[in-house]
Formats: sequence, C-alpha cells, structure tokens
Amino acid sequence: MTILVIADYSTDQQDNKVLAPATLNTVVAAVKIGGDIHVLVAGTFVGAVAEAAAKIAGVAKVLVADNAAYANLLPENVAPLVASLVIEQQTIYSHVLASATSNGKNILPRVAAQLDVDQISEIISVESADTFKRPIYAGNAIATVQSNAAVKVITVRATGFDPVSAEGGSAAVETVAVAHDAGISSFVGEELAKSDRPELTAAKIVVSGGRGMQNGDNFKHLYALADKLGAAVGASRAAVDAGFVPNDMQVGQTGKIVAPQLYIAVGISGAIQHLAGMKDSKVIVAINKDEEAPIFQVADYGLVADLFEAIPEFEKLV
Amino acid sequence: MKILVAVKRVVDYNVKVRVKADNSGVDLANVKMSMNPFCEIAVEEAVRLKEQGVATEIVVVSIGPSTAQEQLRTALALGADRAILVESAEDLTSLAVAKLLKAVVDKEQPQLVILGKQAIDSDNNQTGQMLAALSGYGQGTFASKVDISGDSVAVTREVDGGAQTVSLKLPAIVTTDLRLNEPRYASLPNIMKAKKKPLEVVTAHALGVSTASTHSTVKVEAPAARSAGIKVKSVAELVEKLKNEAKVI
Repeated sequence: MTILVIADYSTDQQDNKVLAPATLNTVVAAVKIGGDIHVLVAGTFVGAVAEAAAKIAGVAKVLVADNAAYANLLPENVAPLVASLVIEQQTIYSHVLASATSNGKNILPRVAAQLDVDQISEIISVESADTFKRPIYAGNAIATVQSNAAVKVITVRATGFDPVSAEGGSAAVETVAVAHDAGISSFVGEELAKSDRPELTAAKIVVSGGRGMQNGDNFKHLYALADKLGAAVGASRAAVDAGFVPNDMQVGQTGKIVAPQLYIAVGISGAIQHLAGMKDSKVIVAINKDEEAPIFQVADYGLVADLFEAIPEFEKLV
Repeated sequence: MKILVAVKRVVDYNVKVRVKADNSGVDLANVKMSMNPFCEIAVEEAVRLKEQGVATEIVVVSIGPSTAQEQLRTALALGADRAILVESAEDLTSLAVAKLLKAVVDKEQPQLVILGKQAIDSDNNQTGQMLAALSGYGQGTFASKVDISGDSVAVTREVDGGAQTVSLKLPAIVTTDLRLNEPRYASLPNIMKAKKKPLEVVTAHALGVSTASTHSTVKVEAPAARSAGIKVKSVAELVEKLKNEAKVI
C-alpha cells in the first residue's frame, strides 16, 4: 500500500511558500493507515516546500510538479494531475489524502469525481486502512464510514491527529513532468491577512471574540491579551457577520476547526456551529456576562463578568 | 443567461439532532426540515443576478425525497422561475448527487450553476467540486463575491489566509459561503404565486445515472460529551487555575 498525500502550502509575508502545518497532521493519518507515504507538491517556486516535505518523518518520496499551470493550486489543473498520478500508478496508490484546508477541500472532491469514487471528508480518526470516523451534523454525531473503493480519497481534519515531526526524514525528491492545463480558470489575486501572531489552526492558545465585543475596534483588547499569551485570535460567526473582523478568523462548523491547549471564548454565547469548531480544545475558558450562555456548558473554567473589565485585568496578570 | 441552482432539504439548523439508540443514524422523525442555509444563499445570489438583468431564467433543482418539493416551492417563492425534483428515497452520496446534477446540467445547459458549499447534515463539502469535475467546468468554491462579465465570472473566495479571486470561463460552478449575501424572506404574495410555478418531477432512475456508492456507514454515535467545569469568581482566580491546575499558561 502506498499513500499519496497532497501537500498544502501558503505564501508568507516575505512572499516565500511555506508548507502548511496541517500537512504534518495529514501525514500522521497516513502513518496510521500504514504503508509508504509519498507527498505531492504542485505549484511554481515550491522548492522550499518540497525540501520541507522531504524532511517530514515517515515520508518516503516527494513528487514535485513544478509548472505554471499548478500555481495557486487551481483545482481545474491540479485535480487532473493527481488523478493521472493515481491512474498511471494504480497498482501503487491505495489512498489519496489531503488536509481539510481550503485548498484540500477545493481540490480533493474534484479528484474523487475524476476517479469515480466517493470521498470521505474530514476524518478525525483512522480505525483501519478502510474505516474512518468523521463528524456529521456539526459534530453532533460521529459516523464510522467504511470504503470499498479501489482508491480511497480522504480529507483529514488536522485537530484529529497530533502532528508528526517536521524533522528527521530524508525522502527522495522526484520531478513529475506532466502538465495539465485545462485553460478554464485563472488566478486573479488574493488579499491575505497579515499577522505576526501564530496561525489559528496551529496555535497552542486561541483567544476568540464574539458579538459581545460590540465592534471591531474592541478586538484590540483581545490582541493585547493574545500577544501576552503568544496566542492566535479567532472570532465567532456572529462577530464576522457583523463585520468586526475578517472571515479568515472565524472558528466554527463552516470556518476553522481548532483544538488548542487553551481556548478562551470572550463574549461568545456558544452557538452549536461555534462549538463544532472548538469543542475538542483541551481546556476551554468562557468569559461572558450572561451566566445562562450555552458556552458555559462546555467550559472548564467559566467567569461571569464584563469582558471590558476582565480582559485588561487578565492581560495584566499574565 | 440561465442559472441552475441546486438546493438540499436538511434538518433545520436550529435543531440539535440526536443519535438513534441502535446507532444506525440520527433521529429525523418529527424533526423540522428546511432548505440548507448555504443553498438559501445560492438561491438569493441567483435572484439578485436576475434582478440585475444578468440572468434571464433561474431553474432550481433538488435531489431527494418527494417532500423536498417544499424546499423547491420555497425557492420558487424567493424568485426562481421553475423547479425540478429528481426524486430518490435513497441516501445518496455527494458523488451520486453530482452525477444526477450533471444529467440535469446536460439537459438544461445553464451558464452558471450555484450550489451551497456544504450541507449542514453530512458536512461533506464535495458536490459542487464533483459536479465541476464531471462537467469539465471551472469552480469558484466558498464564494463571497460573484461578478459576471462577458463570458467569464470572477469569484472571490473565502480561503484560510483571507480572500482569493479567480476568473472562470463560463459555464462555471459556484459554491456559496456565508458572506456572499443575506437571503431575503419570501413574501406571502410570492408564496402564493410560487404554487402556480412549474415543478417537474423526474426519478433518478429515469436520468440513467448509477448512484452506487463505494462507501457505507458502519455506525453513527454521539460525540464524547464535554462536561461543564467550574465557575471562577475573579480574573485572579482564573489565572491561578490556568497556571497551577490546568497548567496551560
């Protein structure tokens, strides 16, 4: 059995391409399935990403498809690349895995359809090489799904798997020459949030604000606390919908799924869809002036208080 | 141009579902059903494109049980012109749904297909991408802005790091994210008018599509419950507990 993992990466503030941390969690899922692990890095100027992928513990081979068609991971071009690798090597690849990041979620169903197999989305555990657990109904139920597909196509929720070491591996790097350019899509541009804080899904501590923050300017209190704690800052859907903060900060069923060591929910009532995005955090703190707020039902430590008094005090004490 | 919008009948987003005692699934008996929230956003976007004079006809399609006609009538009340129900009592996978939608796309030849990015029951987030693959169309998933000009559409997408814009040749597939628009409510006169709009029912079988699945659900369980902890009285006590008891700061 050989597993093909599609590497995800992002562009940092210096315009360098950086391997997405979620790829390390996805490799762990591949290790649990068992077999050789190949990592595909597609794009342009992805040498550093390929180098990083080759160092991941447990990776046997890195395939690099360096072609302008794969820049920005356009699914119309990357999906045929992945499908062709699987079809050409069908005696080899038993599984295709991608992280359930926006790139993974965009590309992988297209691959599955091209291979004519169902996809299993956002697995949180590997029961065996063909059986996986995944949340449904915003995490209110956990389904165990078995696949009899010749090639199992799976996205992996990072929070279900502790990341593998980014060091210690020395995989061979091979070039894939094949170029697929469907010619039906092009990248126009992107507006990426610039932040020196840790990435939301990889942070050990997350401080999130909700509707109770009242406006975007008040998030400065959370930023100050987060900077003291070395934390990332998130938000509830209510705060994003109200325009307080941009969408990339949303934690929840349809936003980012986080499971940090410490999650501090500030002025967040605790709607089902928000809980779906953070309830696997190790320790949850809720600060809310409404003592009936549902968030207190999942919080390890609850503080009924006015956040505008509590947060500055919290910041001073840490 | 013609726009096809796909909608799904799902458990209402306010309902907290319970897992059945025999672990065969979740209990949907006597539970309120509604249009998937992301599909409402898809319908709204199509209606706005028609109001702007970009779209000339909106066809809404659903794949599911005969009761999904309720959601199609809702879409007609919101402004769709006609509806198609591909009736199937089976529990279909996203790939099967995408294949059935592809059959509808072949027949209707829309320039744009708008779907919700995911359904809040299965949380798969697959159908739009799969339909795009099967149709050979470009895909603008998780859309927060849709801008049609000439023979292409610019789609701004909500991505992990912020926002990304892609340009797709028409015909194309768009899947909606939360911030694309705020869906309207159907007015009573429009609800009455919707009853007279055409609604065609076809069977999945009649479309000649195989809906066989490569996977099966072994069991469905309730998630591990998280119990409420303690209430602290002050910020000082909270910080003390986090330092010395939980040891997380």
